[in-house]
Amino acid sequence: MRIICPNCGERDIREFYYRGSVNDLDRPKLEDSLSNWHAFLHLRDNEAGEIRDLWYHERGCNGWLIVTRNTVTHEVIRTELVNSNDEGLT
Amino acid sequence: MRFSALRILKESLTGNKNWTPHWRSPSPKSAYDVIIIGGGGHGLSTAYYLAQNHGIRNVAVLEKGHIGSGNIGRNTTIVRANYLLPGNSEFYSHSLKLWEGLETDLNYNVMMSQRGLIMLCHSDGQRDAFVRRANAMRSRGDDAHMLSVEDLRKLLPYLNYENARFPIYGGLLQKRAGTARHDAVAWGYARAADERGVDLIQNCEVTGFSINNGRVTGVETSRGKIEANKVAIVVAGRSSQVAQMAGIRLPIESHILQAFVTEGLKPVINNVISFGMGHFYISQSDKGGLVFGGDLDGYASYAQRGNLPLMEHVFEAGMALMPMIGKAKVLRSWGGIMDMSPDGSPIIDKTSIDGLFINCGWCYGGFKAVPASGYAYAHLIATENYFHTASNYRFERFQSGYNLMDEEGTGSQHNLH
Repeated sequence: MRIICPNCGERDIREFYYRGSVNDLDRPKLEDSLSNWHAFLHLRDNEAGEIRDLWYHERGCNGWLIVTRNTVTHEVIRTELVNSNDEGLT
Repeated sequence: MRFSALRILKESLTGNKNWTPHWRSPSPKSAYDVIIIGGGGHGLSTAYYLAQNHGIRNVAVLEKGHIGSGNIGRNTTIVRANYLLPGNSEFYSHSLKLWEGLETDLNYNVMMSQRGLIMLCHSDGQRDAFVRRANAMRSRGDDAHMLSVEDLRKLLPYLNYENARFPIYGGLLQKRAGTARHDAVAWGYARAADERGVDLIQNCEVTGFSINNGRVTGVETSRGKIEANKVAIVVAGRSSQVAQMAGIRLPIESHILQAFVTEGLKPVINNVISFGMGHFYISQSDKGGLVFGGDLDGYASYAQRGNLPLMEHVFEAGMALMPMIGKAKVLRSWGGIMDMSPDGSPIIDKTSIDGLFINCGWCYGGFKAVPASGYAYAHLIATENYFHTASNYRFERFQSGYNLMDEEGTGSQHNLH
């Protein structure tokens, strides 16, 4: 599996830190209910097939990426920056 | 059909022509008392203990593939009870006791081999932690022995003791730990469950649940609709998909874990050796292959195969620990789908739907748990009460934060186990 970083191009997965489901971007507000926080922290759709998850290009540009990929075939379909202005470290 | 030395002798003298199939291949009936979804190790042991301990024999195990085709056939066969935390430790302690009597219970040779498991430590701090763990193991009645470097040099002369990054300071030995033949565990439980009247229905995929007024009444399958008073999900890596059909979202992320086996070699590794700091553990099968594995690849996956970087990492760790294995040729590698829970510990619980139960979250440690998991799950299904060894394996611990069992001490979060 290789990931196409929008800043750096196609790279070895060893350069990336895996965060998990893109669900992590929808952080509840502090005053939100316990069940919302529980869902955010623990519950996952965990699809077999196309998913979106968060990867950090730790040994590259240091950009946070949303990777659309297939968990059954390991095909990487699309990669975008979490923050489209994120040019990473120069 | 019972196995015995006399029977084996008799069959061998008559050309082995009179052995019969281990279990029937029945068509599904229209209704059962209990349907178990998943014909893996945990599902089969659940069926066996439902019949054996609770007298519930009108049971079907529905398996979408064939018996033993999932993680029960894709693991590294290690059996141990060296857990630290209350809530986990008594469960695995119970499981090891069941393992020790399993062959007699099932009348089946599961090749249980209590060859001892040695965990290595590499610093004073880690040694202190191992002493604490050993004391915890002994205090609940299991065996644990601290080994000095001198002890280890006699037992395992081939290790690299002078590794600059991870010099070996000692080890924690559990003599009662070891390995068992994984396929035989599935076959033994399947045969024993079938003997007690359980229907094992293979190539039967569950496609939906029948739920009326918040109560499960049966399942829809690729072989038609089947009614049941109670339905028990135990499908390891596929837990999220099956639960989703009942509208349940689980605290599970499925990951890939790889393992490897070399060509057959003469006996050299007599124990199970765990090099935790290097994410590497190894044993030698009875056929002579070195069976070893490491850590998760580290990203959500259902591929049943991993990527090369983790393979390289595992081989490097193996070479660092025991340079002699460098000349062994790797024959096969495989990957299993691990149902990872946030704290790294499992779930055996009721669900929000009456009569629907779930057993999941075994992470990368499901094999050793097979007997006790089935035992506790059968108790929960039959009595609707939690068995005392598994009373902490509840969903509510994630929401409340109370009774979390984070063996690695890294936090209750998905990407940390």
